[in-house]
Amino acid sequence: MSARQFAPRLLTSRLGGVLLLCAALLSAGCASVPSSGTVSAASAGAATTGDPWENWNRKVYGFNEGLDRAIIKPAAEAYEAVLPRLVRLGVSNVLGNIGDVWSTANHFLQGKMQVGLEMGMRVMTNSLFGLGGLLDPASEMGLTRRSEDFGQTLGRWGLVSGPYLVLPLLGPSTLRDAAGFLVDRQAATSTLVSGDAAKYSITALELVSVRAELLPATKLLEQVALDKYSFVRDGFLARRRDALFDGAPPLDPANADPGDSAPPPAKPAAAPTARPAAGPASTSKIPAKPAPRTTP
Amino acid sequence: MTATLAMSVMSAQTAHAQSGAGADKLVRQISVEVIDTAKADKAIQDGDIGRILALVETKVMPHVNFEVMTRSAVGPKWREASAEQRGKLQAEFKTLLVRVYSGALSQVRDQTVEVTKTLPVQGSTQVVVQTEVRGKGEAIKLDYRLDKAAADTAWKIIDVNVGGLWLVQNYRSQFATELGKGGIDGLIKTLIERNKSAAKS
Repeated sequence: MSARQFAPRLLTSRLGGVLLLCAALLSAGCASVPSSGTVSAASAGAATTGDPWENWNRKVYGFNEGLDRAIIKPAAEAYEAVLPRLVRLGVSNVLGNIGDVWSTANHFLQGKMQVGLEMGMRVMTNSLFGLGGLLDPASEMGLTRRSEDFGQTLGRWGLVSGPYLVLPLLGPSTLRDAAGFLVDRQAATSTLVSGDAAKYSITALELVSVRAELLPATKLLEQVALDKYSFVRDGFLARRRDALFDGAPPLDPANADPGDSAPPPAKPAAAPTARPAAGPASTSKIPAKPAPRTTP
Repeated sequence: MTATLAMSVMSAQTAHAQSGAGADKLVRQISVEVIDTAKADKAIQDGDIGRILALVETKVMPHVNFEVMTRSAVGPKWREASAEQRGKLQAEFKTLLVRVYSGALSQVRDQTVEVTKTLPVQGSTQVVVQTEVRGKGEAIKLDYRLDKAAADTAWKIIDVNVGGLWLVQNYRSQFATELGKGGIDGLIKTLIERNKSAAKS
């Protein structure tokens, strides 16, 4: 009996903790921590501005990667191999549709009436004409999904994001978004069913479905990131900031291009004739040598 | 043929265009061409990376200014790099970026691209063209930052934003770590290794 009652009580007590956390953040106690908006400025110099908990984060990231490699990724790959694409699409659509209900609520909580109504239309269209969410006719009608979660709602209400935080199992987050996540779980798909076995099955299905959708992205990440941890962190923070501004964040100042400048001479005894004047950016990088002209 | 004609007409237009007018046409042309080709080509739909890379090389890369991109990503240390090092950095970074873009393109199924907004960047000659890739589910944001080398040259892409993440800026912090560890040669070595292992997988 204790195991069954434990989970909901844990969430309730955590909810209390969430409220305390929100109060702390709202009182701008974290004024010294840069908001996620400064990541792009940070990239000009120290790679760890905006990530004061980097040591802890890297360890948890490593743990998550290990867990992913051992259990989650193989499960997602098996899911992808066994189930035909249409079935996986159907599952993802149903889960997405239920998630859209919470997104709609968040749009309204943030005061975005127009988008909230559109998302509401999307949910209704998909539920009524999409066989309960199995199909996605709303996207074809132009009602694209615009996800929102409680972390973004908190951001809209004025909470600073707090430092970057990697959560065990859950992955990249920030202090504010972690708090928001706990509220998100109250509205999660698993709350629609009763019984622990059903709840865990639904949550597991959600996890595997999302992981399978992300398989090409993680494969790409392996190929193009020099340091996976910082790539994931900067990507996550940039995307969160972008989502907060619904795709139109204030433009950052132009990249500080160091500007066209002559390369240092290859050897100390190099002739000084090869230096071009600093001019507008040109595509040729080799300083032009005066070519001997032969006039016919 | 038509593309070259269009390009030369566009270059003539940009000679006296207001900021951004030519840029969004260029982005629209590239996006539509690339997505249409990707959708129509069976081999690309099946994930043939070679075909995707070829498509990106021919349709997108001529409009990208790799020198500026590499300079921005490397940062102040660029001034200390010799001409040979600069050449290597540029070549390896280009390979990496083509791979990123191609990887994203290989996941195109039946999406369409819409140019949503064109915004000048205050205090510079740059322009940001915002597009959205719409398909099943959530729309993906894809922005391009363009700049002109001089008033009568063509617009060139100098940064790409995928879903909120400016790639070149992101690589700047990645490079900063590597430069701190092993200097310019260390960075070149890491890039070469990364490209080699990516080509194998």
